[in-house]
Amino acid sequence: MEKMPKWADVVLIPLISLLLAAAISALVILAIGEDPVAAVKLMVDGALGSTYGWGYTLYYATNFLFTGLAVSVAFHARMFNIGGEGQAMLGGLGAALVCLYIPWPHWSMALAGGAIGAAIFGAAWAAIPAYLQARRGSHIVITTIMFNFIAAAVLNYVLVNLLRPAGSMDPATARFSDTVHLPTLHELLAPLGIEFSKAAPANVSFLVALAACVFVWLLIWRTKLGYEIRAYGKSEQGALYAGISPFKITMIAMLLSGALAGMMATNNVMGEAERLVLNSTEGAGFIGIAVALMGRSHPFGVFLAAILFGFLYQGGAELALWTKIPREMIVVIQALVILFTGALDNMVRMPLEKIFIAFRKGKA
Amino acid sequence: MDFLTLIQVLDSTVRLATPLLLACLAGLFSERAGIFDIGLEGKMLASAFFSAAVAAVTGDVWLGLLAGIAASLVLSGLHGLASITFRGNQLISGLAVTMLAQGFTVVIAQRWFQQGGRTPSLMTEGRFGPITFPFAEAIAEVPVIGPIYAELLSGHSILVYLAFAAVPASWWLLYRTRFGLRLRAVGENPEAVDTAGISVVGLRFAAVGICGVLCGLAGAYLATSLQAGFVKDMTAGRGYIALAALIFAKWRPWHAMGACLLFGLLQAVALRFQNIELGGITIPVQMMDALPYILTVVILAGFVGKAIPPKAGGEPYVKER
Repeated sequence: MEKMPKWADVVLIPLISLLLAAAISALVILAIGEDPVAAVKLMVDGALGSTYGWGYTLYYATNFLFTGLAVSVAFHARMFNIGGEGQAMLGGLGAALVCLYIPWPHWSMALAGGAIGAAIFGAAWAAIPAYLQARRGSHIVITTIMFNFIAAAVLNYVLVNLLRPAGSMDPATARFSDTVHLPTLHELLAPLGIEFSKAAPANVSFLVALAACVFVWLLIWRTKLGYEIRAYGKSEQGALYAGISPFKITMIAMLLSGALAGMMATNNVMGEAERLVLNSTEGAGFIGIAVALMGRSHPFGVFLAAILFGFLYQGGAELALWTKIPREMIVVIQALVILFTGALDNMVRMPLEKIFIAFRKGKA
Repeated sequence: MDFLTLIQVLDSTVRLATPLLLACLAGLFSERAGIFDIGLEGKMLASAFFSAAVAAVTGDVWLGLLAGIAASLVLSGLHGLASITFRGNQLISGLAVTMLAQGFTVVIAQRWFQQGGRTPSLMTEGRFGPITFPFAEAIAEVPVIGPIYAELLSGHSILVYLAFAAVPASWWLLYRTRFGLRLRAVGENPEAVDTAGISVVGLRFAAVGICGVLCGLAGAYLATSLQAGFVKDMTAGRGYIALAALIFAKWRPWHAMGACLLFGLLQAVALRFQNIELGGITIPVQMMDALPYILTVVILAGFVGKAIPPKAGGEPYVKER
């Protein structure tokens, strides 16, 4: 017998966890001598009160959609991919190479080419830890952490020594050509007669991210491969008995995960900076973990969680701008979300299960 | 490379290996008891901040050290609560602990000192000064032995000597005491320990507590010895290098010292020489930075001896009913 109805598991527990995280964050804001209610108002206003705010919220959300989906796909095969950060960095390199060395006639082709380049580089970076886990039994969490650091070193080397334009001091590639420029939401919506802020960086990649959500949903719940991935994630023994190859599933799930993380580059590298800089990922790989946990690894949940984190990011930036609350407050909130939804899940779940069981007994 | 340069590089190797060694031993106790800890970085960071903050305000480095250890212990308690009491995912918990420290330290530093997330620079009494060995000055002129004694062995902060003394102490505790035997057993086969009537929860919390103290020492060393004060994200991945060293050492104390000295040497060389010419090939500084991680991946993959973690590591223990 199920201890709890499904809606409680999918909606109630994340919601309670989120409220706990919010309550503690409010206490922290109170403790540093600021007003939490005013802070929330400022965040809502700054992130959702104008198309400028929305533009930033959606821009951040696009990043988190890609990394959140990446972590989710690996979660379904019961693997914990902490390497989203490194895979997204390498994805940025892939996208940059494609944009710099291929003369694209139109942005749509550049977008497709850049996405493929980013996905291949991201997947390749995930392939090594995946192979080592599948064939040599190295723990995927540890190897992906190590690969994050190695990726940072690789990117640093490439940007400083290979791709930096002559005469430039900062470790970054040259600017991409104008034909590679991806249309922003302003440029997309203006022909439809909708006014959208020109200054905000949200761009067509948001639509790619939404397509990726649909793709992941179809793949995981509507294909044989998705079934195998979920079966393997539920029980390795059972999957083995059903003739599912652990090696194949491990590799495919991690390659997909890496490709999705890499594709984040279409947004931050191609859509926003239009050149590759050091630390272009800005920690989005780690936020993907929080997003996947919040969203229960379901694409729709990931979508909601990504928007929530986009809101937190933009709202947090506004807080840092207008109050004495530093930007790092977002990191605290993010950590609390990961803590409550991921690690302290049972703290919320166990009492809730007791309540539901007591309630059912009362009815029977 | 002349002899004096060599001594100087080795000297900074010792300095840079110390925080790694303390954190590595911290991870050793935790993981030997079956609790994976990727939150070493966060605990070091929290300790670095609170030790620097308290040392800056009170002017007493020992109070700073205590505050650092206390901060690290609080995070250890949180990790224990999540992964032992509530049987949550240890890796997620460790990650959350690190992020929590990364955010909190800056938020509080900004509130207390308004210096962009750092603490004021520590004056001499707020830092652990160098301990000069007897006759160091006198012997310094003696060739070979003199510099080794005066430069390399003498003149470190007390925490350096403590870190290296912790190696035999850890070995003794783990392999020569009843507590150590039980602690190792709980990481391999908690059912057996439970059957023997010994508390799995108690042992694991003890291990996590020791881990907290050692991470506290590591963080305090960073902020009050190696540098003079706390700056944002000052651990700079050392917690993860310590984790790498732990795997490299295959969860053994003496080997941990070797691994940390090796990784410390890599850092020292990278700091001093940047790009290194070796027989016509230039090794870029980034390669030196990445080497500890690459070596760890190679070791994990079992190409050079297999690293097998404690069997019950990462698994919450559920008592059968």
